[in-house]
Amino acid sequence: MSLDLYGTTVQSRLLLGTSLYPSPAIMLESLKASAAEIATVSLRRESGTERAGQAFWSLIKDSGVQVLPNTAGCKTVKEAVTTAQMARELFDTPWVKLEVIGEDDTLQPDVFGLVEAARILCFEGFEVFPYTTEDLVVAEKLLAAGCEVLMPWGAPIGSGRGLNNLYGLRSLRAHFPKVPLVIDAGIGLPSHAAQAMEMGYDAIMLNTAVAKAGDPVAMARAFAAATDAGRTAYEADPMETRDMAAPSTPVAGTPFWNN
Amino acid sequence: MPNSSSNAPRVEIVGSGVVGLTCALAFAERGCPVTLIAGSAGPDASCCSWWAGGMLAPGCEMESAEPIIGVLGAESMAFWDQLDPKPVKNGTLVVAAARDTPDLKRFGRVTEGWEPADSARIAALEPDLAERFATGLFFPQESHFDPREVLPALVERLKSLGVSFRFEEALSDSHLEADPEADWRIDCRGLAARDKLPDLRGVKGEMLLLKTNEVTLSRPIRLLHPRIPLYIVPRADGLFMVGATMIESEERDRPTVRSMLELLSAAYALHPAFGEAEVIEIGVDARPAFPDNLPRIRKDGRTLRVNGMYRHGYLAAPAVARRAADYLLEGRVPEDIGTRGDYE
Repeated sequence: MSLDLYGTTVQSRLLLGTSLYPSPAIMLESLKASAAEIATVSLRRESGTERAGQAFWSLIKDSGVQVLPNTAGCKTVKEAVTTAQMARELFDTPWVKLEVIGEDDTLQPDVFGLVEAARILCFEGFEVFPYTTEDLVVAEKLLAAGCEVLMPWGAPIGSGRGLNNLYGLRSLRAHFPKVPLVIDAGIGLPSHAAQAMEMGYDAIMLNTAVAKAGDPVAMARAFAAATDAGRTAYEADPMETRDMAAPSTPVAGTPFWNN
Repeated sequence: MPNSSSNAPRVEIVGSGVVGLTCALAFAERGCPVTLIAGSAGPDASCCSWWAGGMLAPGCEMESAEPIIGVLGAESMAFWDQLDPKPVKNGTLVVAAARDTPDLKRFGRVTEGWEPADSARIAALEPDLAERFATGLFFPQESHFDPREVLPALVERLKSLGVSFRFEEALSDSHLEADPEADWRIDCRGLAARDKLPDLRGVKGEMLLLKTNEVTLSRPIRLLHPRIPLYIVPRADGLFMVGATMIESEERDRPTVRSMLELLSAAYALHPAFGEAEVIEIGVDARPAFPDNLPRIRKDGRTLRVNGMYRHGYLAAPAVARRAADYLLEGRVPEDIGTRGDYE
């Protein structure tokens, strides 16, 4: 059941974001309830000068999760690279969730800038988790740039729409059977997470669906259960669908061979 | 004016923000001789109460706050209604752009005390917003005031009760380490008390003061947005307070271009006439908050620390101050806030 990300083995296949919660205390409780071992932390807004966000970051670090700093809100390669370098220093980790946002309305990745930034950061020794679309060619280029994990979106960030392009996500999974693929963004309900896991995705990354739920802690628990259920189902090799009914018990007395 | 009874304990208040002033009032009204010490020359830009929106909106705050804030808020609103200048009870109007309707639905689902407002109702409430928003939520019970009128008024009220003020007296660490001359010291220093409250953190907030005669609003307007929810509070003389960012940072300076863009975009989205408004002031400070964003009273020898109002200074302080006085003068432990989720 365990998952390997850049040589780090985790048991939980749920990654949780740490923004938008009613309070840090509820965020920490949600982290615990989700059993997530990896939490993303946004650096851009909280950075400021002289580590002014330290109090908040300490709470997350002290909870024992592995911090995956992200470059949320960055719109240019330069911004993203600078933010990643700052994150490496602050959190003492080569990990970075790379976001280069290309469009304000959909917050969709600028895949050109993403590939370029990934190339720079991988060269500098970062272990890059790129937030990308389901586009196969972009995925190829990210892998060529040195990424060993991909994080395709399900739907636009914070939209809660689930998996928008099932066909695209299936092809991506089929094309890269060995690459850890984490669905990042767009997940609104535990059933969305279960669906992605049933399709063979390796993990789920989400934030808003938990943080903005009426009861974030209970929702974190629900997502943990759904992610587990989806993974177990995938490993159990689901049945094939078929067009006609196939009775699970013999229909006694029907001389079907005479039909 | 209550008489200072000879056996009432003498109280030293440190800090002149809304917590210091309401604590001073709570003790003075019960006959304690009170001295208030502060580094400032009076309520001014050095405390984050100065920068507050001044919205008394317990209904709206329930969107993200714990129920206890609603309890404290109801008590505090009754408190403010007794003081001059009285809060303006015109309610709060919550609106969202058409594309952010899901945020409005969620807001309505997790809050109480609102009435639906269609475009006709919105136009009746705020004629300048007619045709601009199709749906909204109206919280008729809520009110607002200008903190910069309220804080000096509180000082005057305290003076009339015989409270002595020692302004412009920055207390040294050694003074604060030593036992108070008075029977009790109430530490209301906000974020400056971090040395004694290691789990206190700052949450940076930025605000703007705009001036225009082209827009008239009668009540605070909250504009919902999935990432940057903002509000605009009308003040006298064509002034509008636009607030406020919420950033996990201890910085008390350095307002950023990004934040200003967000605040100004929100104002402009609410009404294009704000495009021609004059920028009067850019404010920035950090709110003192505990990990659960709820206030605390902590006793430490003969010092009582009252802190962690987060974004609920005016909504929580009077009720918390009352609990502080109940605690020290009557031994009544403030169960609802004092022991809640303590990280000690």
